Amino acid sequence: MKGSGRHPWLVGPGVCEQGKPIKPVMEQAARSHRAPGAEMIADEHPSASRGWSTKTTPRVRRARLVPVLLVVIAAAGWWAVYRNLESLAQWVTYDLFSIAAGSHVGSAVEFFIYEAPKVLMLLTVVVFGVGIVRSCFTPERTRRLLAGRRETVGNVLGALLGVVTPFCSCSAVPLFIGFVTTGVPLGVTFSFLISAPMVNEVALVLLLGLFGWKVAALYLGTGLLIAMTAGWVIGRLKLERWVEAWVYQTPVGAAQPGGEASLTWGDRVRLGREAVKDIVGKVWPYLFGGIAVGAGIHGYVPQDFMASIMGKGAWWSVPLAVLIGVPMYSNAAGIIPIVQALLGKGAALGTVLAFMMSVIGLSLPEMIILRKVLKAPLIATFAGVVGLGILVVGYVFNIVL
Amino acid sequence: MDVKVLGTGCAKCKKLYAEVEKAVAQSGLSASLEKVEKLDEIMKFGVMTTPALVIDGEVKCSGRVAPVPEIISWLSTAAAKNG
Repeated sequence: MKGSGRHPWLVGPGVCEQGKPIKPVMEQAARSHRAPGAEMIADEHPSASRGWSTKTTPRVRRARLVPVLLVVIAAAGWWAVYRNLESLAQWVTYDLFSIAAGSHVGSAVEFFIYEAPKVLMLLTVVVFGVGIVRSCFTPERTRRLLAGRRETVGNVLGALLGVVTPFCSCSAVPLFIGFVTTGVPLGVTFSFLISAPMVNEVALVLLLGLFGWKVAALYLGTGLLIAMTAGWVIGRLKLERWVEAWVYQTPVGAAQPGGEASLTWGDRVRLGREAVKDIVGKVWPYLFGGIAVGAGIHGYVPQDFMASIMGKGAWWSVPLAVLIGVPMYSNAAGIIPIVQALLGKGAALGTVLAFMMSVIGLSLPEMIILRKVLKAPLIATFAGVVGLGILVVGYVFNIVL
Repeated sequence: MDVKVLGTGCAKCKKLYAEVEKAVAQSGLSASLEKVEKLDEIMKFGVMTTPALVIDGEVKCSGRVAPVPEIISWLSTAAAKNG
C-alpha cells in the first residue's frame, strides 16, 4: 500500500472486492491512470490514503476520519461562497463590467453570473450527497426489501427506493426480470421503475435553486405519489399475463456478494466524488446553455408573455403539455431552464410541472427497452396510468395555487 | 482465465469492455475476453445492473465502469488463484 500512496483509492481494496493487489503491477497502473484534475482532495492530502487500509491500528482509525473532516472543511468553504454569491454577482455586473443598473443587458448578465455558479454549487452538493446515500443502497438490497411485500406498503416503499437505488436506464430490463422472478409484485416493481426516472436529483436541485424549496417539495411529493398510485393501479389490474412469458421462466442466478463488501466512510466519500465527476461533468454544458437562454429571456422578454398560452385560464394547456412532453427526451438539466423561462413569463406552475414530468418521467426510449419484457398493452397501460397521474397533478396545482 | 463483460450494449457496457481490454493488455496476463449480450445469459449470473464484470464465473462488480487499476487487481488475484 505504501509505495502507491498517492492514488490509494485506485489501488486499495476495491469497493467491489476485498483483496490485496499485487504491488508492482498496481503501481505502474496507478501511474498510467492518473485522472487529471480529478480527485483533488486526496491529491492534496496523501494522508487520507490511510483510510483505505484494512487494519485498524489507532493511527489508522484516526486517519479514517480524514475524508470526513475534509468534507466538513469543504462544506464550510462552500457555504461561505454560496452566501455571498448575490453581492458578488452585483459587484461583477455593475462595478467590474460597469453595466448600467436597470438596463436589459445588466439584468441578463447579473442573472447569469448569479444563477450559473449557484446552480452548479447546489448541484455539486446534492449529487455528492445523493452519491453517498446511494452507496448504502444496492439493487440487491432493494430487492430484498421489496420481495413478498403486500401491495400498498410495497408501492410506497418501491417508490421511495426508486429514488435512492442507483441504476441507469439500460439496466431497466435486467432489474425488471430480477425483481419479478424473485417475488416482488408486478405493481411494486412498477412503482420502483416509475419513480426512479421521475424523481430526478438533478431536477430537484434545479427546482430548489431556481424556484425555492416549495416548488422542489411539490415536485418530489407529487412524483412519489404518481409512482405509488400508478404502481398500485397496475398491481390491481392484474396484468401479469401481459408480461412476456419467458420472463417468469428465466433462470436467475443467485446474487453474488460481488458489490456488497462493506464500505468505509472513505469509500463512500469517494463514491460521492465519483458521482459528482460523472453527473456534473455531463450536465454542466446544458446547464450553462440553459441558464444563458434563461438570462436572455429574463432580461428581454416582456412579463406575462406566456400567460395567454400556458396560463391557468387555458384548460387545454395541461394535456397539450403532456402530449408534447412524452416524445421529447431530454435530461433534467436541459429541461429546467426552459421551465424557468416559461414560469418567469406567466405560465402556470401546474402546466409547467406536467410538462417537465412527462419529458423526464415518460420517455419513449425507455418504453422501447421495456418492450423486450412487456407486451404492448401493458406498456400502453403503464404510459396511460402515469400520463393520467401527471395530468391530475397539473390540474390540481393550477387550481390550488 | 475467463473474463466476461455482461451488458446489453449500452454506452457504459462498451466503456467497461474497453477498460477490461486495456487492463488485460497492461497486466500482461493471458485471458479470454468475451462480451455477453444475451439477456438470459446475463440473468444467470444473478446480476441486475449492467455493465457487470465476471472473472472465472465470479461477479466482480456490476452497475458501474470499474477503473483499469481495479480491474488489474482482480485479474491478478484470479491469476494467483489459478496459479
